[in-house]
Amino acid sequence: MNSVFLFFMKIKINGEEKQIAEGLSLIGLLESLQIRPGRVVVERNREIVPRDSFDATALAEGDSLEIVHFVGGG
Amino acid sequence: MEDVFELAGNKYRSRLIVGTGKYKDFAETKRAIEVSGAEIVTVAVRRVNITDPNKENLLDYLDPKKYTILPNTAGCYTADDAVRTCRLAREAGVGNLVKLEVIGDDRTLFPDVPATLDAAKILVKEGFVVLPYITDDPIAAKKLEEIGCAAVMPLAAPIGSGLGIRNPYNIRIILEYAKVPVIVDAGVGTASDAAMAMELGCAGVLMNTAIASAKDPILMAEAMRLGVEAGRKAYLAGRIPKKLYATASSPLDGMLS
Repeated sequence: MNSVFLFFMKIKINGEEKQIAEGLSLIGLLESLQIRPGRVVVERNREIVPRDSFDATALAEGDSLEIVHFVGGG
Repeated sequence: MEDVFELAGNKYRSRLIVGTGKYKDFAETKRAIEVSGAEIVTVAVRRVNITDPNKENLLDYLDPKKYTILPNTAGCYTADDAVRTCRLAREAGVGNLVKLEVIGDDRTLFPDVPATLDAAKILVKEGFVVLPYITDDPIAAKKLEEIGCAAVMPLAAPIGSGLGIRNPYNIRIILEYAKVPVIVDAGVGTASDAAMAMELGCAGVLMNTAIASAKDPILMAEAMRLGVEAGRKAYLAGRIPKKLYATASSPLDGMLS
């Protein structure tokens, strides 16, 4: 049973540590979090990931992601 | 006569720019903006709540095809943070207009002018259309214009204070110096404040709290639309000079003897 955890990796999302499946793509992560890719902007290790690269971006152990969107503001 | 507000090559009928913060819900936000007649709306950039990703998004209520979206850098205390926020905002695909604010102090929310200048330089170089929030400082306004900002946005009073235009004389000097549009941003409390900004000759007024935190935001949105329109028309019409003594409105001839 414990062996399942070998296939997980630790990343940081919006400042929080999370365990995600190894080899998960960015688009896969957004889907698992129920986040619509068309409404967010993602920064990976301080670099912006263009939306058309969400598919091709494989996440790696230790990655730090910022997932942001527009909210009400003045 | 058609009076058009030109900003960064775009033409607008409304000179009222409104924020989207502090409303009860997105439906109220949408309604208030519709009633205000605003065509440019500000938004903030924030982290998505990943444990409870709200299915509804502000942009579901504000069609970017209908409105010019003006992302802000509210809450940024350094030039680096502001630049980073602008880059993220541009990636959202709603254009390259940004409301640059680099805050200097959390009690007054007054801008850090040197940091604002630093950030503006970088952003202009990167092709952003930069609308900086500044104190009512004619020299800061001049420097930001020289850097290449598309407008300057002096505050009327502290953000959310509702104090109205505290120093109309400085706004007048900024107006005299500026070749770019001057937009009063922050501190407006009620419709007469908005009218005053327009009567001074400002190109527009930006506000959020005055509408969103009014007892009846929808009615206040309408009042602000009318205030801005009234003030603009009064400015164009050319007011009479102020005089100390009376001038009779009725003819002096033909009086009964």
